[in-house]
Amino acid sequence: MMLTGGQIVCESLIKEGVDVIFGIPGGAILPLYQDLPDYPQLHHILMRHEQGAAHAADGYARATGKVGVAFATSGPGATNLITGIATAHMDSVPTVFITGQVARAAIGKDAFQETDVTGITLPITKHNYLVMNASEIAGTIKEAFYLASTGRPGPVLVDIPKDVFVEKAEFEYPETVNLPNYDVPQGADPEQVQEAVQLIKEAQKPLILAGHGVIISRAYDELMELAEKAQIPVITTLLGISSFPETHPLSVGMPGMHGMAYASLAINEADLLLALGMRFDDRITGKLSAFAPNAKVIHVEIDPSEVHKNVRATVPLIGDLKKVLQQLVPAVEPKSHEEWVQRIEELRVEHPLMRPKVTGELRPQYVIQALSQATKGNAVIVTGVGQHQMWAAQHYTFTKQNSWITSGGLGAMGFEVPAALGAQVGRPDAVVWSVAGDGGFQMTMSELATMVENNIPVKFAIFNNRYLGMVRQWQDIFYEKSYVATHYTGNPDFVKLADAFGIFGSRVTKEEEVLPAIKAAMKYPGPALIDFVVAQEENVYPMIPAGGTIDQLMEEPIEGHA
Amino acid sequence: MAGHESTIVAMVRDRPGVLNRISSMFRRRNFNIVSLAVGQSEQPGMSRMAFVVNGDDAMVDQVIKQLRKLIDVATVSPISEETMISRELALIRVNANASNRAEITQIVEIYRAHIVDVAPDSLIVEVTGDEDKVQSLKNLLSTFGITEMIRTGRVAMVRGMAQVASQNGRTDITQPA
Repeated sequence: MMLTGGQIVCESLIKEGVDVIFGIPGGAILPLYQDLPDYPQLHHILMRHEQGAAHAADGYARATGKVGVAFATSGPGATNLITGIATAHMDSVPTVFITGQVARAAIGKDAFQETDVTGITLPITKHNYLVMNASEIAGTIKEAFYLASTGRPGPVLVDIPKDVFVEKAEFEYPETVNLPNYDVPQGADPEQVQEAVQLIKEAQKPLILAGHGVIISRAYDELMELAEKAQIPVITTLLGISSFPETHPLSVGMPGMHGMAYASLAINEADLLLALGMRFDDRITGKLSAFAPNAKVIHVEIDPSEVHKNVRATVPLIGDLKKVLQQLVPAVEPKSHEEWVQRIEELRVEHPLMRPKVTGELRPQYVIQALSQATKGNAVIVTGVGQHQMWAAQHYTFTKQNSWITSGGLGAMGFEVPAALGAQVGRPDAVVWSVAGDGGFQMTMSELATMVENNIPVKFAIFNNRYLGMVRQWQDIFYEKSYVATHYTGNPDFVKLADAFGIFGSRVTKEEEVLPAIKAAMKYPGPALIDFVVAQEENVYPMIPAGGTIDQLMEEPIEGHA
Repeated sequence: MAGHESTIVAMVRDRPGVLNRISSMFRRRNFNIVSLAVGQSEQPGMSRMAFVVNGDDAMVDQVIKQLRKLIDVATVSPISEETMISRELALIRVNANASNRAEITQIVEIYRAHIVDVAPDSLIVEVTGDEDKVQSLKNLLSTFGITEMIRTGRVAMVRGMAQVASQNGRTDITQPA
C-alpha cells in the first residue's frame, strides 16, 4: 500500500499501540499533523510548550510503563524538547520523540527553523535517527520503539524532513528489527547467581537498595519475596520509592543526601548491599571512598556500564532485574536477621525523621503528611526538584506500586506540572497530585491551560515559600545566609491565577486549613490548585553535604524544639 | 590510579554520524583518547576502529562498556600488549639537499622505511611500524629539520593463537584478550 511519509508515521504509531501524543505543530511537521484527523485512534494533546510535551510523554510513560510519545517541529520546537529528553535519559524513561526537520534540500543551509537536532540530542538519547526517505520511516519507528522500551529504557528521537512526510512509499510494517548487535540482557550468569546466594548466606547485616529498575521491570513481587524470605531490610532510592510498601516492617526508606538518617547510617554499618536496578548516584554515595565501608556489593543491573562505574561490585549480576530475582529468590535460603533489624530500629528511634517544632508557621512536612493521610497513600505523587521533592519523598507514606514520579537524575524544575498531566492521561482513574515548588510551578504553569482544555483533573499542591528553596538552603548552610537571587518578591497570586485558568484554587496558611483544603480539591471534578503558604526558611533535614561522608550528617538543629 | 595506554578495537556500522557518536561519547565521559584510526573492514557495511586510550583500568573498563552501549557499535575488543600486533604509518617531510641526502637515505634504509617523494630541498619518508619505531625515526630525522608530519595512529590485531583463547569471559568483565 502506497502511503505518504506522514501516513506511514501514523500507521506505525498505531502498530506500536500508541494512543496519545503530546505535541505542538509547526512548519516542518505540518504535513504529519494534517494526516492526524484520518487516524482518530491517535489522540493528540496540544501542549503550550514543547518542554511540557516532553515531560508529559515522560510522565505518561512512567505512570503506564508504555512508551510516551511527543511531536515537535524543527528548530525551536525541537530545542524546547531538550530538557524533557534529558530528564527521560537520566531516569531511563521509554519515550519516542518525533521532530519535523527542514526539507532535505535545505538541510545544512541554515534554513529557517533549521537545527541539527540529531546532533544536539546525541548525548541525551539512547539513539536517534534522521530519516531521509519515506521508505525508511516504518523500519525506523519500529527500531525506535524497540530501543526505547527494551534493555535499559530511554528516549529515542526520530527526525524527519518536511518533504519526507509528503513523499510516498510502500508501507509494510516490519515484524522484526535489524539490530544484530543490540543485546537485551535476560537472566544473569548462573555461576554468579550462586556466588550472590553465598554472599547473602554469609551476611549478618544485609541491606537491599531498591532502585528504579524494580519499577521498570515490574519486579515488585520478586523484591518482596527476596526481602521476606531472607529477612533483608529494604532501602528505596529516590527513584525506587513506591517499589516496596513503606508500611512494611522491613521498609527502611530513602538514603543519601536528604534521605532518612537511619537509612544512611544502616548503609554505613551494613556488611552486604544488594543493589537492585540502581546506579549509585552521588546523591546516595557521597564520598565514594567512605561509602558503605564494610559492605560487599551484589549489583543487579541491566546496563553493564553501570557496574563498577561508581562502586565496585563484589558480584555483578547482569540481566533484567525481574528475571535475575526469579533466579536468585528460589536459591536463597530462608534466614532471619533479628539483631540487625533491631539495630536499624534503634537507629530509627535515635534519628527520627522530623523533630516536632512549634513555630506558628505552616510547616511543609506537615502538609505532606496531611496529603498522605487524606489520600490514604493511594495518590500518584509527581514532583519537580528541590525542597518540596525531598519533603514529599520523606513524609508521604507510599504504599502503592509505582505511585511516585519525580525528576531524579536531571533534577528539572518545572517537571511537576506537565509530568503530572501525562501521568493523569495515562492513569485516568488515579488521583494525581502534583507536589510543586513555587519556582518550578512558574516554569511550566502554562500547561494548566492544556489541562483545562482536555479536562485533566490534576491536583496541585504548591509549596510556596517565595524562595528557590533548596538553593536558599545551600546559601544558608554553605554561604552564611547570603541569599543571592533566590528570593521571589513578586510571585503571582496563585489563587487568582487558578481563577484565570478556570480551575479551582484555594490558599492555605494554617495547619487546621490543610486537610479541609485537600479534601475540597479532591472533591472538585477538574484540575485544582492549593497555594500552601509555607514557612519561608524551612530547611530539609537530614542533610549530608555533596561529596560528604556519614560523619558530616546534619540533623535538624535542636534549638526551638517543643 | 596509574594511567597507561590501552588498545581497543571496535567493529561499527558504516552509517552517517557514527564517528560523531563515538567521539561525542569520549568527550562527554571525559575519556582521554590518544589515537583513533578508522577504515573499512572485511565485512561490507562495517568499519573497524582502533582506539588507543590513556587511563587506569577502571576507565578502560568504562570506555569498553560505554562503546558497547552505542547502538551502531557491533563489537568491542580490548587487546593486551602481549597478544597485539600493532602498526602505525607516518609520512614525514624532511629537509634534504645534495650534501645530506645520502645520510638520510641510509637512515631510512636502516628503518626499512621508504622515500616516496624527492624534491630539490626535501624528501617525504614513509615509515611503518610500532610507535616506538616511528618515534625513533622521527627523532633521528628531526636533526635535518622536519617540516611536516602526519601519523595514522595505531591499528592493531590480535595474534592468531590468542584470538581463539579470548572467546570466553563473563558478561561484565572486560578482560583483555
